[in-house]
Amino acid sequence: MTRKLPATDVVIVGLGWTGSILAHELTGAGLNVVAIERGPWRDTATDFPPAYAQDELRYRIRHDLFLRPEQLTMTFRNNANQTALPIRSWGSFMPPNGVGGGGVHWNAETWRFLPSDFELRTHLVGRYGEKFLPEDMTIQDWGITYDDLEPHYDKFEYLCGTSGKAGNIKGRIEAGGNPFEGARSREYPTPPQKQPYGPTLFAQAAQEMGYKPFPQPSGNLSQAYTNPLGVTIGPCTYCGFCEWFGCGNYSKASPQTTILPALIRRPNFEARTQCEVSKINLDKSGKRATGVTYVDTSGNEWEQPADLVLLCAFQLFNVHLLLHSGIGKPYDPRAGEGVIGRNYSYQVTSSVDAFFDDKIFNPFIASGSIGMCIDEFNGDNFDHGPHGFVGGGYMGAVQTNGRPIQTARTPQATPRWGAEWKKAVAKSYLSSYEAVTHGGCYSYRDVYLDLDPTYTDRFGRKLMRLTFDFHENELKMSTYLTDRLAEVVQKMGPRQLEKHPRRGHYDVTVYQTTHTCGGAIMGVEPKTSALNRYLQSWDVPNLFVMGATAFPQNPGYNPTDTVGALAYWAADAIVNHYLKSPGPLVQI
Amino acid sequence: MVAKEIRLNVNGIGKMAPGGDSAGEGMPGSSRSGPGVRRRELLITTAMTLVFSATSARALVVKGSLPWATNAGTPPTAVHPGPWAYFTPEEGAAIEALVDRLIPPDPQTPGGKDAGCAVFIDRQLAGSFGSAEGLYMHGPFADGTPQQGDQSPLTPAARYRQALAALDKYCRATYSAKSFVQLSDDEKDKVIVGLEKGQVQLEGTSGRTFFEYLLQNTREGFFADPVYGGNRDMVGWKMIGFPGARYDYRDWVERHNERYPLPPVGIAGRPE
Repeated sequence: MTRKLPATDVVIVGLGWTGSILAHELTGAGLNVVAIERGPWRDTATDFPPAYAQDELRYRIRHDLFLRPEQLTMTFRNNANQTALPIRSWGSFMPPNGVGGGGVHWNAETWRFLPSDFELRTHLVGRYGEKFLPEDMTIQDWGITYDDLEPHYDKFEYLCGTSGKAGNIKGRIEAGGNPFEGARSREYPTPPQKQPYGPTLFAQAAQEMGYKPFPQPSGNLSQAYTNPLGVTIGPCTYCGFCEWFGCGNYSKASPQTTILPALIRRPNFEARTQCEVSKINLDKSGKRATGVTYVDTSGNEWEQPADLVLLCAFQLFNVHLLLHSGIGKPYDPRAGEGVIGRNYSYQVTSSVDAFFDDKIFNPFIASGSIGMCIDEFNGDNFDHGPHGFVGGGYMGAVQTNGRPIQTARTPQATPRWGAEWKKAVAKSYLSSYEAVTHGGCYSYRDVYLDLDPTYTDRFGRKLMRLTFDFHENELKMSTYLTDRLAEVVQKMGPRQLEKHPRRGHYDVTVYQTTHTCGGAIMGVEPKTSALNRYLQSWDVPNLFVMGATAFPQNPGYNPTDTVGALAYWAADAIVNHYLKSPGPLVQI
Repeated sequence: MVAKEIRLNVNGIGKMAPGGDSAGEGMPGSSRSGPGVRRRELLITTAMTLVFSATSARALVVKGSLPWATNAGTPPTAVHPGPWAYFTPEEGAAIEALVDRLIPPDPQTPGGKDAGCAVFIDRQLAGSFGSAEGLYMHGPFADGTPQQGDQSPLTPAARYRQALAALDKYCRATYSAKSFVQLSDDEKDKVIVGLEKGQVQLEGTSGRTFFEYLLQNTREGFFADPVYGGNRDMVGWKMIGFPGARYDYRDWVERHNERYPLPPVGIAGRPE
């Protein structure tokens, strides 16, 4: 028996980065906003105080801050010839849960995408010709340009207080920044974080090789900063318990440290936590959302009617809700038709381990996004003609942590246990270093999300099924990037170096990144995208869908800066256009 | 960003404290976000029906001010050495012998047994990790590809119990009625290598999977915060030079190639 609640102007599904941003912008425009969040309320002082936040076992190994697979998981297979089986415990990616969403536990690596990333297909076909691309690659242009998004990138970075060094201000190349980035309207809000020994050595080596290293843009702040909402963020203390953890210092940009203290005071905002939206409701025409149905912790079902529905859950769960709500045509890989579940993409990462005799790296002095990087091999920053693949990634010495259960590394030839292992761990912990590549992952016809025929969640709904494997293009890219990275690391003078390019089948048990993308992508026409350029559903105009769900493919950067920028871009379209005349913002 | 880990994904959930007061349910008008609200992290459910234990969080309406409650994040409860919480005496002795070969004692650093790894594993198996709390444990169960991860219907606690019984049977059959504990160090190592390489077949369970669990959990016990019963006196941290639960390195980030001088601390402080 579903109980109906009084209507509100806006209902938001999920109170993470995008939900918080949209709630702030739309309450600011005078609308009544209700945000419904599946997980608990979370805040710095109550949930991750520095009394016990630095607990590797609890947060990194036992996944305390994340969604419990029992509550909702998905099934996985590498290809359609296999039977998908449930992801019984998280491995490759970590779906968030609770207020703040992924913004609580992210590294805070705050990258903009390249201008060419947004017009990827046009750009690559123009430079290399149609035949250069693999036949089954389904990459698309986004329907927006970098210039469209720039003011919104700027807004998100100034909300976060991002620490970095601009490489390109209004077309002027700046020394010390990333010379490949799109033009920024101004410098970063705060200067870069300080760099430990490893990144400093890496940058020296890269410079000697003619590359242009720069500090990774960071949402762990180099100094205290008060953002335009009047919320103050503290300086990062390089504690080394950042990604996978909540920040006990108020120094990692998150909804908690940038928006929620201001948002919660607004009388026209309300959050409901531990309430799981099970469905977006449609009227008889199927072209208008009437609100959402959610379930509280007693199992009571409530209907929350609303004029505007904003889907702001994590990427995977946005797609899951669209499939269950019957919004948009589910993708069929055989016909290559349909849009919900189409163009899933991920991230292709790799590493180089280096063992030294004479160096002390102190890996525990770290932040989620400290580090020195190079961008010479990202996107289309280099000529792919001779290499037979497209795409790339950034690479560098990114010192995120020295947490020993996870990172006490030994040379490959060392036994995994016994006296020799023990000696090698003791010797290697302070004197070894891992550098990484962070490569893009383009989309393909046979990589997609749909509903599983067998396994169900606790409401009896079909789980979502992920069909994904790496393709030759990405594996070639990973080998090439890892080789380039190894050349730089070799210059740092290690005794021994080990390359770990991404190889073989995608393995859902091994952590890589939580950058799952796509499934309800933005684009220029309803035939090949679920959303228009304003992230508005083509099928249901009073529904907007946020997050990396909208990425047609994934470039070689972390997604959050773009996720935040797209939320501001969509909020701007809603406030300045949609509210004046509710309906489709793009006519076809 | 990038982490290389063993293929087997051994997860579970941090210990939950017993339930406290509950807040109003998720309907408007029952907004309660003042003191007295205690919430719990986990929604406990069974396959198709919603059943809630005393430790589950309640839905909450938040409006007007940030909720605040003491210990909302359930600080960890310290583990103390003492009687086994999960293992039988024989199982406990076998685990102590196993962890002492995985991480053997040497003149500089104690081995797995004296570091508390067996106590750590026992308490983990007695708690939410052992019962696979929060994991998706619904059938149908089928063996998949290695890339699809562990598909066993067994909880970690059940897996240990089954594997230790099978190991005992194997040792007694192979080494003239001796248990694992009674073997020489060389014989113990031979058995462990056999488990690791899949050459030692255990009855009714995978010796290799058991080895992976055991190795992962032993390393956890050696390197986790001492509050969980392992890493006794922070021996694991001292061995490698990890300062533990310290939270501020601003004075040290630019002191390159220098050894950090302070001893480690744990969540509960340090003994000296």
